[in-house]
Amino acid sequence: MLEVQDLKRLHIGPVSLAVPDGEALAITGPSGAGKSVLLRAIADLDPNEGHARTQSVAREAVPAPIWRRHLGYLPAESGWWSEHVREHFRHPEETRARLPEILMPEAAMDWEVARLSTGERHRLALLRALEIGPEALMLDEPTSMLDRKTEAAVEALLAREMAGGLSLLIVTHDADQPARLGAPVLWLEGGRLAPAGESEVTRA
Amino acid sequence: MNTGYITLSYWDLAIASVFLLLNGAISIALHLGLERRLAISALRMMVQLTLVGLLLKALFSIASPWLTLLVVCAMLLFAGREILARQENRLAGLWGYAIGTGTMTFAGTMVILTALLVLLEPRPWWAPRYALPLFGMILGNTMNGISLALDTLHRTILRERRAIEAQLLLGATRWQAARPFLRASLRTGFMPIVNAMAATGVVSLPGMMTGQILSGVDPQEAVKYQIMIMFLIAGSTGLGVLLATLGSFLRLTDERHRLRPERLRSAAPDR
Repeated sequence: MLEVQDLKRLHIGPVSLAVPDGEALAITGPSGAGKSVLLRAIADLDPNEGHARTQSVAREAVPAPIWRRHLGYLPAESGWWSEHVREHFRHPEETRARLPEILMPEAAMDWEVARLSTGERHRLALLRALEIGPEALMLDEPTSMLDRKTEAAVEALLAREMAGGLSLLIVTHDADQPARLGAPVLWLEGGRLAPAGESEVTRA
Repeated sequence: MNTGYITLSYWDLAIASVFLLLNGAISIALHLGLERRLAISALRMMVQLTLVGLLLKALFSIASPWLTLLVVCAMLLFAGREILARQENRLAGLWGYAIGTGTMTFAGTMVILTALLVLLEPRPWWAPRYALPLFGMILGNTMNGISLALDTLHRTILRERRAIEAQLLLGATRWQAARPFLRASLRTGFMPIVNAMAATGVVSLPGMMTGQILSGVDPQEAVKYQIMIMFLIAGSTGLGVLLATLGSFLRLTDERHRLRPERLRSAAPDR
């Protein structure tokens, strides 16, 4: 579960939303509406006001690093800080076995980061975020740089994680993705969230 | 002690400048265009050093603790401004000046007080003849180290923002996420003094030691002085670099383990 209440950051908010266990919620809206700003604020990566909690922890009650282990967040561009892929994982050997799930060879765990394409980095970053075992995960354009086949693989992976209880909050411009993940769609514009009409989803 | 000291006449100086004049003549003959800058910098050196000489002479003869303190404060303020000027990105507002100047003042003061009160013990302990040259050497090196460390820290935090935030998002603390970048900043700040200690006596004879030897001091005594100075400089630089880097990093993050790069300003606009 992920619950956000009266969240305010810059021109965004107050925003409230709730994603039950094992379900997904999609946010869409025009470019520059602040969708990424909103996700960053929920992750407490920027100063903001308001409340957020998962099933087991309230954001205000725990240090930020603990909060971020309960709520994963995958920004649109992934960050890498070491030379090799494996140095970015806590359990590289266990995670290696999951690489086929994102259509990458198990050997990729031993590659250098510089060798990866943007899409490969993004998929690896997804496994990296799941490795922590978050209760909820926020994804910013999770499949925008992937081809149809890998997109389907990633969505299947996400569906399996949801079946295991993971809540997903997804920012997407893909009009069909929310339906494939069974996610209701909210429209962010002028700093406010509202249920999206059919036309708005297609417009985005 | 000053048995071998040889006084220079102004004629000696004039003769010493012959080689520089020769350089100027060559520059004019070959149209190198260096003669103006050579002449200006040589003149500046002469004027500045003459003024400093007069100032020091006056300070030594007046021998007032307050006047000495005033000069020390002026040195600190100038050095603080220099730390700020050497950073491509600085902390916004008063913080930019305060962290560099404050940590340098603390480190330099600790070290110079130890030197004057425990090691050299001149009478009076604040005697400007000892305090000012020593403080100048300690301050110059500390200033250099701090400005290098802060410049590196601020540049890497901006450049590696995504990498640092990726670790924060995986539940790392700000210290864990920035450890390699903090280490790189500290290393850069320590580098000049570490290099200077390693190369000294092999590649170059330190200026202070050369000066003492030229003024007739026994080389072994001069070496002892030089070693002490190196220890003092290294101590002050190390302390200053460490405090400034940690202070600036604390200001660039917050208690919710967020990166706050918006607190940095590029130096470009107000230059």
